[in-house]
Parts: sequence; C-alpha cells; structure tokens
Amino acid sequence: MAASVKRPEHRGPPELFYNEEEAKKYTQNSRMVEIQTQMSERAVELLCLPEGRPSYLLDVGCGSGLSGDYISEQGHYWVGIDISPAMLDVAVEQEVEGDLILGDMGQGVPFRPGTFDGCISISALQWLCNADKRIHSPPRRLYRFFSSLYSSLARGSRAVLQLYPENAEQLELITTQAMKAGFTGGMVIDYPNSTKAKKFFLCLFAGVSGVLPKALGAESSEAEESHQAMFINERMRFRNVRGKSVKKSRDWILEKKKRRRRQGKEVRPDTRYTGRKRRPHF
Amino acid sequence: MKLLTHNLLTSHVKGVLRGYPLIIQANEVKVSNVDFNQSFVARMIPKLEWSALIQAADSLGHLSDLPQELISDYESNEDFLRKVHHVMLEVEVIEGTLKCPESGREFPIIRGIPNMLLHEEET
Repeated sequence: MAASVKRPEHRGPPELFYNEEEAKKYTQNSRMVEIQTQMSERAVELLCLPEGRPSYLLDVGCGSGLSGDYISEQGHYWVGIDISPAMLDVAVEQEVEGDLILGDMGQGVPFRPGTFDGCISISALQWLCNADKRIHSPPRRLYRFFSSLYSSLARGSRAVLQLYPENAEQLELITTQAMKAGFTGGMVIDYPNSTKAKKFFLCLFAGVSGVLPKALGAESSEAEESHQAMFINERMRFRNVRGKSVKKSRDWILEKKKRRRRQGKEVRPDTRYTGRKRRPHF
Repeated sequence: MKLLTHNLLTSHVKGVLRGYPLIIQANEVKVSNVDFNQSFVARMIPKLEWSALIQAADSLGHLSDLPQELISDYESNEDFLRKVHHVMLEVEVIEGTLKCPESGREFPIIRGIPNMLLHEEET
C-alpha cells in the first residue's frame, strides 16, 4: 500500500483525482509550477519546431494550461485536451490563450487528419495504463490514443510525451502500442543517473523518421561504450584498494562533483583551487 | 471554443464514418481580441475546410462578408487575412451544443469548453 500512495494513478480515475483542491495546487504551489514549466520547455525543445514559424500544437492532458502558457510565450498556438473539469476551470480562470476541450485521451483525440504540427503531453500518459472502469483495457485505450494521435498529426511532425512510468513493463506496453499505431522514435531519458531529476520523454515521429535527440546529462553512459583503453598523460593519484579515492582528497571531491553533475545538479566548476589544502596556521 | 478549433474537430463516436462538420447551436457567443499574426493565418488556411468555416460563421451571424469560395491569392491579401483571423480566432462560442451530423449525438459546450467525453457504449 505504501508504494501505491505515492502514485496518483493508484488512487482513482484522473477526473476524480484532479478535483478543485488538487487543481488549486497547480496555480499556488510554485515548485509544482516550476517543474511543470521546465518539463514543457524541454518537451517543446524536443519537438524541434521550425524556427520563426508559428505552429499549431496539441497539448494532451493540458490541465490548468501551464504547458500551454509556455507554448503561447514561444509564439505558437495550441489546443488542450483534458479529462478533469476542475483543472480546465482553473485554465479558464487563468485566461489561457489556447482552446480547451474536455475529453478522454483513451477514447481517441477527436481531430481531423493532419491537423497539428506537433503534440506535447506532460505527465499524463501513465494514467492510460490504469483500468479505472471494468470495461477499460489499457492496451486498447493506448492503441486508440496513439492511432488517433498519429492521424491528427501532420506528416513529418513529432509528438513528445513526458511520463512517469511505474515499471519497465509499463514502458514496454506504451512503446509497443505507439509503434503499432505507426509511430517511429523512442525514449529519451534525461539525467538517467539521478533519481529525482530523471525524466522520461517518449519522442514519436509521424511519417518521417528522424534522429532521436540526445538526453541531457547522459554523456557518461556513451563514454563507457568505447571498448578501447584510454591513454592518459597524467599521474594517477593514490587510490584505495577498492578503487575509491581517499575521503576528502582532491580526487574524491572531483569524483563527487562529477557524480552530482551527472545527476543534473548545480555544481561549481573545477578549478585549481578545488580541494586545495589550506596553508597551516600557527 | 474558437471557430478554428471547431473547423478541426470531428465526432469520434463509434461507427460514425464522417462526423464532420459538427453543427453548432450557440446560446452565447463572445468576440474577444486576439493579436493578428499574418503568417499563422496564411498557414492555417490550407488546413481549413472552407465551406465548414463559412457555414459555422454564418450560423453565428459573424460571416464578416467572407466569400463562399476561397480566393486564390489570399497570402498577400492582408485585408482578407484579417477577416479570416477575426472569424477563426476571435469569435468564440461560450454556451451551446455541437451536434454530430451523422449520429445526432450532442456534445454540450459549457464555459467555452466542448465536452467530447463519450459514454462507454460509444467507444
């Protein structure tokens, strides 16, 4: 039970979970607003929209319109679809620029073929993996969503869907259904070494296959892939038998900073002063 | 709901082959002010179903003398683009219903938000 309390999908259907009280958080809680905006920024970046041209986007699970605000800021136009009336009411109060639609993405997105230049979705897709009613079948609902999304996107456009997958099977189910609907693409995982900053983006291409964008903070995993030993013109400092550096040594500090950088945290740059001994005081 | 959104919306009730265009029955219409973006309007025109836009605008009484047929050199005609911009983005349906032309299913519009939720037997 302890694990399920953490995941809002386990508490009940989205239209009931996102009630007035929950919706209020999305305008009052500055931390939530910041995270949502950051993720929307990254999602729009991954869309690779042509510069200097206003695009028409679909926001699936738009909620109170936080991601939409960012889209409007960038000079694009959008339509949002969400299942929670309470969240949409907040969006109406905030006077968002995009148009809003009350709908269930598991029932398909009701748009004409080739309508949108792109689609973003922030923290919504994992809701589809839960069966809230007796007749709900997650694979079927996912397929219906992806196939209707595929047809509503213009050829050559992308869909970037940020999600919080519960486990590997869920991820596999989602990607399989997306591929079945005709999409190409895959997962981009930002900051894979961090537990908190780690973010999953499902990048899907409709029509033209593109190169999957690089994840943030994942440089190290690619460096490990080279199988050749590297030549370093540097003296190795003393290390512990287990391969770890001596605590509080310069190496130890550098390693720790490197690790935290990988996790996407703010770290001061390495300089010649890093980990330098202070002169003795008398 | 803007008329641009209406022009792109279809009915997705199970078994409906051509649920387009949805018939608007408006009880309350609002005209708001939206910044004019020429390149966006010019880009969206090819995506629009022109006859559906005319029909919808006419039923709301906001036709703003748009022609029945789309003119050919619209990209350079700013006056025309401004009119399309007005109809497409500034005229909004606040209260009313959308009716599927094939099944007759009605989707209510409340506070400017069309309710496109389906009943279980319709999916």
